[in-house]
Amino acid sequence: MIQLENVCKEYSAGMPAVRNINLHIKEGEFVFIVGNSGVGKTTLFRLLLKEIEPTSGKIVIAGQELSKIKRRKLPDFRKNIGVVFQDFRLLKEYNVYENIAFAQRVVQTPTRTIKREVPRALSMVGLADKYKSFPDQLSGGEQQRVAIARALINKPQILIADEPTGNLDPQNSWDIMQLLEEVNANNGTTIIVVTHNREIVDRMKKRVIHMDHGEIINDVDEGGYFHEA
Amino acid sequence: MRLSAFFYVLKQGVKNIFRHKLFSLASVATMITCIFLFGTIYAMVTNVNHMVMTAEESVGITVFFNEGLSEKEIQKIGEEIQAIDAVSEIHFVSAQEAWEDYKSRYFAENENLSEGFEEDNPLANSANYQVMLSDVSQQAKVTEQIGNIIGVRRVNSSQDLANTLTGVNSLLMYMSIAVIGLLLVVSVFLISNTISMGVAVRSEEIAIMKLMGAKNSFVRAPFLIEGMLLGAVGAIVPLAVLYLLYGKVIAIVLHRYSILSNLLQFLPVNQVFRSLAPLSLIMGIFVGFAGSFISIRRHLKV
Ligand SMILES: Nc1ncnc2c1ncn2[C@@H]1O[C@H](COP(=O)(O)OP(=O)(O)OP(=O)(O)O)[C@@H](O)[C@H]1O
Ligand SMILES: [Mg+2]
Repeated sequence: MIQLENVCKEYSAGMPAVRNINLHIKEGEFVFIVGNSGVGKTTLFRLLLKEIEPTSGKIVIAGQELSKIKRRKLPDFRKNIGVVFQDFRLLKEYNVYENIAFAQRVVQTPTRTIKREVPRALSMVGLADKYKSFPDQLSGGEQQRVAIARALINKPQILIADEPTGNLDPQNSWDIMQLLEEVNANNGTTIIVVTHNREIVDRMKKRVIHMDHGEIINDVDEGGYFHEA
Repeated sequence: MRLSAFFYVLKQGVKNIFRHKLFSLASVATMITCIFLFGTIYAMVTNVNHMVMTAEESVGITVFFNEGLSEKEIQKIGEEIQAIDAVSEIHFVSAQEAWEDYKSRYFAENENLSEGFEEDNPLANSANYQVMLSDVSQQAKVTEQIGNIIGVRRVNSSQDLANTLTGVNSLLMYMSIAVIGLLLVVSVFLISNTISMGVAVRSEEIAIMKLMGAKNSFVRAPFLIEGMLLGAVGAIVPLAVLYLLYGKVIAIVLHRYSILSNLLQFLPVNQVFRSLAPLSLIMGIFVGFAGSFISIRRHLKV
């Protein structure tokens, strides 16, 4: 489903944010990416979304080589990927309902369907009563849950979530992880989660990819947060 | 685009105007200035053009005949003149009429002074054709052609006036094309600049939309609708102001230059606006569209 070969990314010459990444993630897998701040996790996600181009190397997602996707075809490619951004990136001018509905507007879902599915997604993340609030009227954790609902509403083939529980208390974090696991199990969605939450990683027993200085230094099935190499 | 998507985009376009009041206001103000200028120039040009045309219509050629021609011969000359392309109208003035006209012009105040001439028309030989041209620039040619007709004694024309009018006419046309073209370019530039500021504020929003898989057309549509609506408002306001001012300005001009009142033939306000209103509206909407289109292009490259 996701294949990276010798991928490097330098924002400025001589300072690679990500280097020599070789990675294969199968369809329906659930993967954690861990590592200290600044090791290139978000950069890796931006590469997967084709938000930025790799300096060298090849990325293939769902059979498509990213560098060969035409600008006109980019929307169709991105529709298949649900994203939870590290900084949420909610639309400030839209309320919670519209923020989530937006993901469906973009793919031109009929309004009737939107009216049915958005409330469902909202109650799924426990925000049914906040649908009229604007992002700046929400707590960090609430914004995060809106972002998760938005990423999931189109039932994407792939979900990439950059620290989706960074602002949540242990109980809420666990609930969200359960939700992701359910989506993974029921829809076969391939899920990649960046997290600093040791407890969750240890408890979930999933594949764990450990990054350091832009490189993958460890990749273990059913791993824990820290794994001596 | 689906109907529901269309309504959504329309709604967003309208909402955006109110979300970003300051930028909307700035754009509309720019547009109002441009369209107001355009309207003023347009009204002036059409009026001057109208005056020139009116003057043109009164520039005629007078054709006198050889002495002692029969009525039939004169009629034949009339037919030959009529056959010339640029001739729009021809009118026979008998010696009697010519005299009456002369009298009314020069003895208007004291009719009795002319009584001495009554028996013996001093203008006995002055029966003539008044020839009107459809195109005043053809005057020289037509004058020559008529002069060549057998039986014609003399052709009077006012070549200077005809030349001046033709000159004024084409100068006016070039000037108005130049000014309107310039205004169009300037307003697209100004509007796109103003809209650019509004778009820059929303570049993050646009980036998010694109990362979520929005098509360019979907991201662009609300901005285009916003631009066109602002353009329409920016055209309607100055049109309304011009409509109200038009009559007042004319009244002032006529009062100030009352001596020239029969030269200053102004068009009625409705006649000017019949073409000015749709033109301005189209221009406003086009400029709003083009301005939005240009300024959003840079931000779509996510
Ligand atoms: N837009 C950018 N321009 C230049 N350098 C950047 C840019 N974004 C990130 N970097 C650099 O690339 C490196 C990797 O950044 P990245 O955001 O991928 O880290 P991260 O693993 O996501 O960290 P964190 O856990 O703090 O989110 C960092 O050294 C960072 O300074
Ligand atoms: Mg990061």
